Amino acid sequence: MRKSAIDIWVGIFVAIGLLAALFLALKVGNMNAVSFAPTYKISARFDNIGGLKPRAPVKSAGVVVGRIANISFDDKTYQATVVMTIENAYKFPTDSAAKILTSGLLGEQYIGLEAGGSDDMLAENGKITQTQSAVVLENLISQFLYNKAADSGQDKAAAK
Amino acid sequence: MTAIHKILNLFGDLGFFVRRNLSSLGLAARMFVAVIARSGFLLKRPRLVIDQILFVGNHSFVIIAVSGLFVGFVLGLQGYYTLNRYGSEQALGLLVALSLTRELGPVITALLFAGRAGTSLTAEIGLMKAGEQLSAMEMMAVDPLGRVIAPRLWAGIISMPILATIFTAVGVMGGYFVGVPLIGVDSGAFWSQMQGGVDLFSDIGNGLIKSVVFGVAVTFIALYQGYEAKPTPEGVSQATTRTVVISSLSVLALDFLLTAMMFSN
Repeated sequence: MRKSAIDIWVGIFVAIGLLAALFLALKVGNMNAVSFAPTYKISARFDNIGGLKPRAPVKSAGVVVGRIANISFDDKTYQATVVMTIENAYKFPTDSAAKILTSGLLGEQYIGLEAGGSDDMLAENGKITQTQSAVVLENLISQFLYNKAADSGQDKAAAK
Repeated sequence: MTAIHKILNLFGDLGFFVRRNLSSLGLAARMFVAVIARSGFLLKRPRLVIDQILFVGNHSFVIIAVSGLFVGFVLGLQGYYTLNRYGSEQALGLLVALSLTRELGPVITALLFAGRAGTSLTAEIGLMKAGEQLSAMEMMAVDPLGRVIAPRLWAGIISMPILATIFTAVGVMGGYFVGVPLIGVDSGAFWSQMQGGVDLFSDIGNGLIKSVVFGVAVTFIALYQGYEAKPTPEGVSQATTRTVVISSLSVLALDFLLTAMMFSN
């Protein structure tokens, strides 16, 4: 088949389209966050996950080491079970602690892993037992108000 | 005429209206299946599709790119004014990118595509019909559905996602030009907020699916209107008008349905 000027123009058009798609994937989207490195799964139970969502990052010392694969509710213990996929390159001791943290004041929530001191490392389907739930702002505020009220009550009692 | 006749007439009109619309919908569905069934030979003769991509894709490129740029400019400006009120102009990149990838990119591209490429397809097919070229092809045992309609339909289906992607990419750059060098939003925050909030599959992927669906809808409506046009100058002009009206409305309706399905979690 002979190449003609039409082929060249259509080729340029399709190439610009592909470039635009590449720009969207790399610069606009989170393509560099999609990792194809081999991973292993670990799980942790939380009393309250707050606004944690699947695909949120798992960070240790601020570096992304994995992502949240799945969040489910366990009606035996009434806790949330969070399954995380951690990159094989990173190993954590079995007594590591998982906390649900928030990036910035209003940012999205992620899991922070803090390494423990054990010599045994977490393997596939390992479990993290030490967990700290998300801070729920309403609880924090109501606790603060309750303390305030208690304080002022004591002040009044002391004044009498 | 008595009152009972008038009422019966009213029901008759309603019935005729419903029957006519249903039968034209059925006709369109049958034609769609027939065109898809006759598309196999295009793999052997891709040149037919390439010629049509030049016609509907390349020639729409300039209007799509320029509109994308200006939509991006306006989104950057308006987004900044609103976000600035809440002190969160850092999120400008996220706002521009999300609105373009999810909605504006596919929808505005489809509307412009209907105006730029759809109308010319309708007029072309309608004039072919008015000039009895389609009948002449049938006389020569060439199937016009396969030879004329199918390459144009596939060219539209291929071109539309490419155009929508270009529109979105140019729009994001337009938002960047207004937001960062002109207004002075921090460049790092602009891109990192965008990358943090735009998901490759659920935002960019779904936008691409939308643009493919719109491509099928707009191109097929244009071709159907041309194929079923009255073979007169007035008939062709009415068919061209109907192409713009029907395809714009169906793009907006389809967009609502797709958005409700894709982004409702």
